[in-house]
Amino acid sequence: MTTTDATRAQQPVADGLFTWPPTADRPTRLIGSECADCGLVSFPAAPDCVRCASAESRQRLLADRGTLWTYTTQDFRPPSPPYDGPETFEPYAVGYIELPGELLVEARLTEPDPRRLRIGQAMRLTLVPYTVRDDGTEVVTFAFTPDDETVGSQEATT
Amino acid sequence: MTEAVIIGVGLHPFGRFPGKPALDMGADAVRLALADAGVKWPQIQGGYIGSYEVANPDAIVGRLGLTGIPLRGVFNGCATAGTAIALAARAIETGEHDLTIAIGLDKHPRGAFAADPSVAGIPSWYGQTGLFLTTHFFGMKINRYMHEHGISHETLARVASKNFGNAAMNEKAWRRTPLTPEEVLASPVLNYPLRQYMYCGPDEGAAAIVLCRADQAHKYTPTPVRVRSTALRSRKLGAFEVQSPSFPVGEVVESPTVDASRAAYELAGIGPEDVDVAQLQDTDAGSEIIHMAENGLCKDGEQERLIAEGATEIGGRLPVNTDGGLLGNGEPIGASGLRQIHEIVLQLRGTAGARQIPGTPRVGYTHLYGAPGASAVTILST
Ligand SMILES: [Zn+2]
Repeated sequence: MTTTDATRAQQPVADGLFTWPPTADRPTRLIGSECADCGLVSFPAAPDCVRCASAESRQRLLADRGTLWTYTTQDFRPPSPPYDGPETFEPYAVGYIELPGELLVEARLTEPDPRRLRIGQAMRLTLVPYTVRDDGTEVVTFAFTPDDETVGSQEATT
Repeated sequence: MTEAVIIGVGLHPFGRFPGKPALDMGADAVRLALADAGVKWPQIQGGYIGSYEVANPDAIVGRLGLTGIPLRGVFNGCATAGTAIALAARAIETGEHDLTIAIGLDKHPRGAFAADPSVAGIPSWYGQTGLFLTTHFFGMKINRYMHEHGISHETLARVASKNFGNAAMNEKAWRRTPLTPEEVLASPVLNYPLRQYMYCGPDEGAAAIVLCRADQAHKYTPTPVRVRSTALRSRKLGAFEVQSPSFPVGEVVESPTVDASRAAYELAGIGPEDVDVAQLQDTDAGSEIIHMAENGLCKDGEQERLIAEGATEIGGRLPVNTDGGLLGNGEPIGASGLRQIHEIVLQLRGTAGARQIPGTPRVGYTHLYGAPGASAVTILST
């Protein structure tokens, strides 16, 4: 694990899930895989293909933008374990984001209010510190956030 | 091939029974089923028994009699009981046994299931970050379905209200307080758009079904119920299923329910238009709505009108979950599908009491769906 100043107080929830640490020339991307034989894209990266059963795959960084396919909210604290979020529970939302030509990925959403989410809206990958360890380290996971920039530019061009 | 028929059904009430082990609930259900069939335990030649919480449910023979028969444990998530009845029927159809039993029992702790994702082949981060909840899938599936097919929040509430109303007429159901659609809509959101009273809960209970060869049924009962077909299917690549960190983009791939349903209709030589009464997996109110279409009982989107018209109520054209379903009974996983069969058998015999549907029902349909994408359908007829 790198211990640059920028990352000392943060760690990813798991290695190999997304690029880490994010830098200007290496922005955050989900790490998937692509079957060497049939091209099926998987996330998280999978050594074995569930379409053609090939055991040959290569790493593939997934698109960081997509559209919201569906969503729901989490309004009660999930059972612990396995959930290791903070004791003081803040409701959050989850959804599937369609990454065109790749796959639909399930993720936490940064917007917890269902009235401010809609199927089809543009979404952008981000990272969120979802819990804090006893030693003060923030644990970071991936999430998608409404991509207002994309919405704005679409509105400007139509 | 010999046909299997149901000659006895037994149901231990579903709910909370502090201090009563699951095996004792199961033994009670078996005794009820044996008495209903008019047979004694030593006559049973083999059986299948399912449970999520009890590691060795076949230990039930210690309560019933150590007769040496093969009693095989089965487990397929929420489709467990569909597997138990299918295999008990198969043992008769293939000539292995003349008299078999299917048993299901479970005793779940309070609250949502809290398993380790690794047992489902899913990495730990999925659970740590709060994604490993089956309720998310149900919220997300009905949210998209409502968006695509014009289903309203009021329709969700009507389904829950109907099932609690049916459960109120069922002395063996867990949730027996009728609720109006307005009361359902006033309960807190748990996973948008699903609210507290739109979800079933894990609980406790047991059920048992005694089967025999059709050509011997006259020895036991004047009203055998025929097992016309059973089908079990697992998820296919591309289908939107519970506990999926991702799935492929592409053509819409149908749920295993659609596959199991089609196979069961074809094997039975019975079509959806012939079904008089149905028991569908209503883990939540949205699931009952979606499963109406996935089981061929209506087209996508027709539910909005059908439910407003009362078609799925006990006096309606296609009664669904007449005993209160999972919403009214809760879900002891191993027993749930045999509770469905128990209700269909009562309805086809005409002995469902206050819940009896009008007319002379001839065909009953049961359906289960659960993690990680398994579906079981059983079609019964007089
Ligand atoms: Zn492949």
